[in-house]
Amino acid sequence: MTGASSFFFWRNGLALAFVCLVATAAALRAVHNDYAFFVGYVVFQYGALAIAWNILGGYAGFVNFGAEAFFAAGAYTTVALNKALALPILACVLAGACVGAALGLVMGSFTLRLRGVYFAIATLSLSVVLQTLVVNWSYVGGSSGAYLMRPKAIALFASYTEFLCLLMLAIAATAALIAAAIERSSVGAGLAAIRDDETAAAALGVPTLRLKLLAATTSGAIMGMAGAPLPFYNSYLNPDSAFAVGYTVNAMAMPLVGGTQSWLGPVLGALLLGSIQQFAVAFVSSSASLTLIGLVFMGFVALAPQGLLGLFRSLRAARAGP
Amino acid sequence: MTQPLLQVQDLGKRFGGFVALEGVSLSVAPGERLGLIGPNGSGKSTFVNCLGGALARHDGVVVFGGRDLAGLPPYRRVRLGLARTFQLPRAFASLTVLENVEVPFRFLDPRGGPTSERAWRLLERVGLGRKARFRPRDLTQVDLRRLELARALACQPKLLLADETMAGLSHAEVDDILELLFRANADGVAVVMIEHIMRAVTTFSERLVVFVAGRAIADGPTQEILRRKDVEAAYLGE
Amino acid sequence: MNLDPVLILNACASGLLLGSFYAVAAAGLSVSFGLLDIVNIAHPALMVAAAFVISSIVGATALDPLLAALIVSPFFALFGAGLYRVYYFLFERRGDESIRGLAFFFGLMFLIEVSLLLLWGADQQWVSARYSSGVLSLGKVDFPLRMLVPSLCALATLAILFAFLKLTFIGRAVAAVAQDREALRLMGIDPVRVKTIAFALSVGLAALAGGALIVIQPVDSSSGQIFVGRLFAIVIMGGLGSLPGTVIAGLLFGVIEDLTATLLGPSWSPAVAFGLLLGFLALRPRGLLGAAT
Repeated sequence: MTGASSFFFWRNGLALAFVCLVATAAALRAVHNDYAFFVGYVVFQYGALAIAWNILGGYAGFVNFGAEAFFAAGAYTTVALNKALALPILACVLAGACVGAALGLVMGSFTLRLRGVYFAIATLSLSVVLQTLVVNWSYVGGSSGAYLMRPKAIALFASYTEFLCLLMLAIAATAALIAAAIERSSVGAGLAAIRDDETAAAALGVPTLRLKLLAATTSGAIMGMAGAPLPFYNSYLNPDSAFAVGYTVNAMAMPLVGGTQSWLGPVLGALLLGSIQQFAVAFVSSSASLTLIGLVFMGFVALAPQGLLGLFRSLRAARAGP
Repeated sequence: MTQPLLQVQDLGKRFGGFVALEGVSLSVAPGERLGLIGPNGSGKSTFVNCLGGALARHDGVVVFGGRDLAGLPPYRRVRLGLARTFQLPRAFASLTVLENVEVPFRFLDPRGGPTSERAWRLLERVGLGRKARFRPRDLTQVDLRRLELARALACQPKLLLADETMAGLSHAEVDDILELLFRANADGVAVVMIEHIMRAVTTFSERLVVFVAGRAIADGPTQEILRRKDVEAAYLGE
Repeated sequence: MNLDPVLILNACASGLLLGSFYAVAAAGLSVSFGLLDIVNIAHPALMVAAAFVISSIVGATALDPLLAALIVSPFFALFGAGLYRVYYFLFERRGDESIRGLAFFFGLMFLIEVSLLLLWGADQQWVSARYSSGVLSLGKVDFPLRMLVPSLCALATLAILFAFLKLTFIGRAVAAVAQDREALRLMGIDPVRVKTIAFALSVGLAALAGGALIVIQPVDSSSGQIFVGRLFAIVIMGGLGSLPGTVIAGLLFGVIEDLTATLLGPSWSPAVAFGLLLGFLALRPRGLLGAAT
């Protein structure tokens, strides 16, 4: 982006994000139901995860099968820091971002020099390994889990749950802003070139390794941020819930269903799949809900590879005529 | 005698037991037009890949603009001014033609002005101006070759390795690409043309190097080389 | 750390037995990933699914589990053939493999896991064969039969596989399809046909490994996940495209894992896979016997 357009982007983007935040907050408060805040928290959390996954998966073409590991790393960072230093939640979110970023950078430096499949394969084991570490670490509760003291209330908000919900919304909005900034900048163009043909990209001056590491670090940071508030949300954290495979499935399914070309895709996917899941969990069962997501996911991968965004684009092109 | 732009000394490359290149030495002067010919499998592509950095480990020394290229990844070599095209055009499928050409400008010369304008001007010069908003999948073969060249030229190179840019094209299309290469050379770009189409190579090159079975068996002014019996024996071109 | 030599010797012995199971489990993956360049993440899930089916058959008929595996395997191979055709039609044909192909197999793995949960419930499945409680003792070293018998069968399977790939026409075509599709086509052989057979072979091998698995230990619907990282690590360690490499890597892996469990405790085993994988990727990505790039 050039200087002038960059300024406009940030000014307009931040303004838009702020307006959306306030509007959503007002709407949720109008509903006047704690359940709405719970649902909102979950959907915004998935939105952030999906946007983060897409930065490496959709923009650069590197599939991460261990999103739950990054997510859980953020959650457990909160547990550890809260226990050690009684850190407030906002600081924990920042710490979660740092830990997620570090994890992304380390994984990336080992594997991103090679073909994309090696990164994917390495992330397959990541979750199991981190889970092992956590289970053996009694400071954070080991396999039985850890409890967290949740503040009773907080200034400006009707309940702590409302605060958490809006915090997660802010995290998701931040993720969207970062993703949009990447898309419009040279980083985004470089990642797209790498995704389409890495050899050609390198032959045209794109610093491929540097950009891939940047994407991995950013993606990890956002995932860590998304996981950080979880212990406060539940007042409790154990490895089984932190490392739930549902996080990975959703982080992948939402961008692939919504569309991988822009940040809007994961958002659409999160709204669609998140709603389906809330419905299914409430009226059927949680395993049925995940099965449904799996089927929708496979359906889109097989039949509508460009996702919802792609479908909209084809519809518009078809209506525009030959 | 000006300092050579590119100096290759004793370049060698093996793949397991197979010797693709052995003892290749040559140099290219700034602004020169060099032709590289040889039968299939004689090591020409391996040579380009070694110079471009795609093949990192090889014997011998490659010096470009006074700098030893050992250990430099491809994107750093381009930054020094050494660009290449690919035999099979490798356009970025999800970007438009314009965006394809913008990539080198964005990464190699971001402060040289608005990238889309510069990319547009370059596309006009290669004859793709009207197709700037097309996707690569909608381009013809010769247009894809033009795009490939345009992208390489967008790197603002001092030396261009033009790897079989005309394979499979018609007589008129070959002339089109040839004209583009002449124009690039007139702007000061040294060009190494790796080609099978003898007409193009002999018209274009001031100097000719002949590869056979991984070795450079001849190196000299074009007409001289063409008259040599051993070249004729080893490689009967079109 | 207990450095009792007898303990270590026994760990090595059981490690080799475990390693031969790993070798046959990874052999199928070596065919699909190493030869066909298809990243079938669902491979371990298919192995576990076969284990479930076998345990049900054993429960109903009191047949020997390894024998049941031989019966079940061709059906799985048929499924594998169909699965490849779907994969080819959806992705390979369009040259669109990478991310969507990976997502496809991930989704498949997930669906298999959920199906197992739905059909069999959350309880562990296990079998009791005639040799499940026997032990063969050679001096100070004990070979539990529940590991020795599957291990010998695994080695026999691998030997047959080697022979198939080296001596039969179809086998050689499978080994060649990775290198030179054009050559195959020129010989009048349809590469897609050969790949279908190869992929079917890999899934059939997964089923056989499932038989060995259920004899060695109980499984539940999520067991596939703990093997995914291990098996891919083994194939990469061994070197893509090298079946001997995979076998050696599998055996080595079993020994290292068992030694780690004995000396440091069993909870550290998953870290072994990961550490070895990262180590190889950083230092020698082509693995033990893979071709140099």
